[in-house]
Amino acid sequence: MAPAQARPDLEDELDVTLQTPWVTIVWNDPINLMSYVTYVFQTYFGYAKEKATKLMLDVHHKGRAVVSAGSREKMERDVEAMHSYGLWATLAKDD
Amino acid sequence: MPTRFRRTRAGVSVTFDVDEAGLLSRLIDELLELLDDSDAPTVEEDPLARSVGIGTASKLPGDPALARLFPDAYADDPEGAAEFRRYTEAGLREGKRADARAVQVGLAQAGGKQLLDPELAQAWLRTLNDLRLTIGTRLEVTQDMDEASFDSWADEDPRKPVFAVYSWLGWLQEMLVRSLW
Repeated sequence: MAPAQARPDLEDELDVTLQTPWVTIVWNDPINLMSYVTYVFQTYFGYAKEKATKLMLDVHHKGRAVVSAGSREKMERDVEAMHSYGLWATLAKDD
Repeated sequence: MPTRFRRTRAGVSVTFDVDEAGLLSRLIDELLELLDDSDAPTVEEDPLARSVGIGTASKLPGDPALARLFPDAYADDPEGAAEFRRYTEAGLREGKRADARAVQVGLAQAGGKQLLDPELAQAWLRTLNDLRLTIGTRLEVTQDMDEASFDSWADEDPRKPVFAVYSWLGWLQEMLVRSLW
């Protein structure tokens, strides 16, 4: 039996292709553990451990890193998820 | 035996030390109190708004710990940040409360040991993190505050016992992340 198929979210897709993409930025903070931040990037975004580790190190050394890109709505969902994990995240237009 | 997490075939198991479980439970009480703070946004009276979790909060919370738990989502756009907050903060607060309560129920009932299913393990991870964010913000933790700075504080420094708890929570969280990886 096939699982129920969701109707593709065309508006989201159009946003990605036609508009300036938005980005989710995670900022460095002195409290969150490096291991935990890496784990969150792997768990929520599904990134491989290497990519998640690199992003975590970027946050740690450069003070911030872009962790995802897409429509504004998608980035708002990503930022909300980051806040649920206690990461300090914002979204911005990618320019 | 100190509280510890271990990966088993059935999932992550946690073994509690009774005193440490009591301490964790009290810390969670304080976290729940903070999350229920009068600062808290009330959910809109409008039933439709309520059903989708739209709240009334539009400003960054005044308490620094709450401001850290619920930061602005737009750095340079106050209106965007206020709008985002109205749509997310009430739900985020409720998620944190639910995580904290789930951990606390286990602490009270487990009789020294508990097997964490994946969902409960995530609740543990996020609650330990929320506790560290809250305590760390109160302590004004900096990047280079470590055991050495702890040793340099006078014995009667009120930060000392708090930092000891903060470090212990970090150790617990590190152990839990490693058991989940």
